[in-house]
Amino acid sequence: MSSSSDNETVGRMRIAQGKTWVFGDDINTDIIIPFRFKSRTNDPYEMAKYAMYGFDPDFHKKISNGDILVAGRNFGGGSSREQAPVALKYAGISAVVAEGFARIFYRNAFTIGLPALEIPEIRNRLNEGDELKVDIATFTVENLRTKETFRAKKVPEFMKTMLVEGGLVEYYKKYKQFPWTRR
Amino acid sequence: MQTSYSLPQQDVSYIKDILDDNSLTFAEKAVSIKNVEKATKKSMAGDIVIVNVDLAMVQDSTGPLAIRSLNEMGISKLPDPSRVLLVIDHTFPAADEKVANLHALMRDFVSKHNCMFVEGSISHQYILEYLAAPGMMILGADSHTCQAGCVSAFATGIGSTEIAAVWAAGQLWLRVPETIKIKLSGMFNRGVFARDLILDYIGKVGEDGANYEALEWGFSTNDVRNQFSMDSRACISNASMECGAKISVFPTDEITAKYLDENPRINNPENIKIRPGSSANYKDELEIDCKKVEPKVAGPDHIDKVHSVDEVGNVEIDQAFIGSSTNGRIEDLETVARILKGRKVHKNTRCIVTPASVRVYEEAIRRGFVEIYLDSGAIFTNATCGACVGTHLGALGENEICISSSSRNFVGRMGALSSKIFLASPATVTASAIEGKITDPRRFLRV
Repeated sequence: MSSSSDNETVGRMRIAQGKTWVFGDDINTDIIIPFRFKSRTNDPYEMAKYAMYGFDPDFHKKISNGDILVAGRNFGGGSSREQAPVALKYAGISAVVAEGFARIFYRNAFTIGLPALEIPEIRNRLNEGDELKVDIATFTVENLRTKETFRAKKVPEFMKTMLVEGGLVEYYKKYKQFPWTRR
Repeated sequence: MQTSYSLPQQDVSYIKDILDDNSLTFAEKAVSIKNVEKATKKSMAGDIVIVNVDLAMVQDSTGPLAIRSLNEMGISKLPDPSRVLLVIDHTFPAADEKVANLHALMRDFVSKHNCMFVEGSISHQYILEYLAAPGMMILGADSHTCQAGCVSAFATGIGSTEIAAVWAAGQLWLRVPETIKIKLSGMFNRGVFARDLILDYIGKVGEDGANYEALEWGFSTNDVRNQFSMDSRACISNASMECGAKISVFPTDEITAKYLDENPRINNPENIKIRPGSSANYKDELEIDCKKVEPKVAGPDHIDKVHSVDEVGNVEIDQAFIGSSTNGRIEDLETVARILKGRKVHKNTRCIVTPASVRVYEEAIRRGFVEIYLDSGAIFTNATCGACVGTHLGALGENEICISSSSRNFVGRMGALSSKIFLASPATVTASAIEGKITDPRRFLRV
């Protein structure tokens, strides 16, 4: 598990950079963190110990701080559990880039400040372990090995602002209002 | 209970215009009437709008995180606690100390804020029995919140922190979904149920086949309509989550009205009807012939791996589970009783029956179903999500195989990562419990 401090994981963030772990289609939230673990704690660092448990119970030990998950279609399907992106983030994952996301996971990722970028061709354009650089302001991803840059599916500006601030809670603490109501 | 859903007078005529508008889908109508800027324009598919929320629910595996986020934001007062619902259902009663402590956190919050609180019924079933109504905007920190589409509510799942924001502000942004319109025709053959129909559909479209979209169900004739009771509609609306649907709705009809009449709301919601306009724009329109649907089995590991019972072959099972918000209602429990009556559960199989709510539990006792279960060797538990999420009352060990009427068959969902889950209707699960292997229910339902 990563030893990242709160400042690194929760503070303002514009760039995420790290080496990639590549997964297939339909990685659901029961794989990302099983119910029986997430329902027995309210501590994000405890949740992080079960990140990707359904794929490999020791996965959290293999992550280096900043690593990026790459996946196929429908990443995060199933349950509404916000603990899924929380577990990934606090285990050291700095972004998820996928061909597609399930609706609730996608919202939750932005809400808790984990960049989630939809790029339909991404899996065909990298090898596992390649380093990616994610720019949140431009919503682009660069493969640092091939120098190829990809543009992610657009999102409303307030969602990007929320990400940069580290998520909904951090945004609210700073502005005392919710990002979608700010004019 | 406080009433909280009466509308300002100036909105009444606007809402009537929207409900009468022939160009709007169900989803567009439902969002338009809750849009905070409703006077300016209609909400159309693809629009991002802010809506007023009538009910914001959490359960015991999502509530503690919502409370944590609310505290971190420094929000100590809820403007309208009558729209806030906390439910303890997933691991009820607490299975261990860690869960008990999180339950205590929720009870403390409820007593501090005086919001609605339920324990011992599954949230979605409680909302159906007591709260949901046509046109209500219901958000829940639980993916199966979409079940309330069965009574024409706009209901969908979101995360814990967004629920905390709704508790604080009464509003949230959402994107108006595109709609897939599905017309149901034909009559089910004996032994075939709503669960088979929705599994069949998910098998065809895939686990993300309706991601971000609305499913809007309709009927070719009144006979077809009448075979879809409220319990079967609830099953379909609930299970539509498994292909990613944002909402899955049954437009208001006689069956909705009858259900609401027989099951009075305790929150005094608006008395409206929502039906789609005849010239609305759909992303897709299709028809499903119920007569062609067969008993289906989905799994293991993915819900879109759907087979007929024959195709599954000889699969011996360790456990058969009937319950969850997807299929733990009184009609489901009646089917179980019909099949188990005078028969025995196979000696190598555990058969667990879990009602979806206290009301279903009481009804099962009253109608004599529980005696039948116990005579046959089945187990009858309190209402909870327990086995479906592997937290208690039916978890699976290494390499065990379960056939289940619950919502999902994902890797390790009910316990060990090496265990396997197949999903099917309550009838197929019960027939399988008797035979000790996955079994077609039709020969057990001859009348």
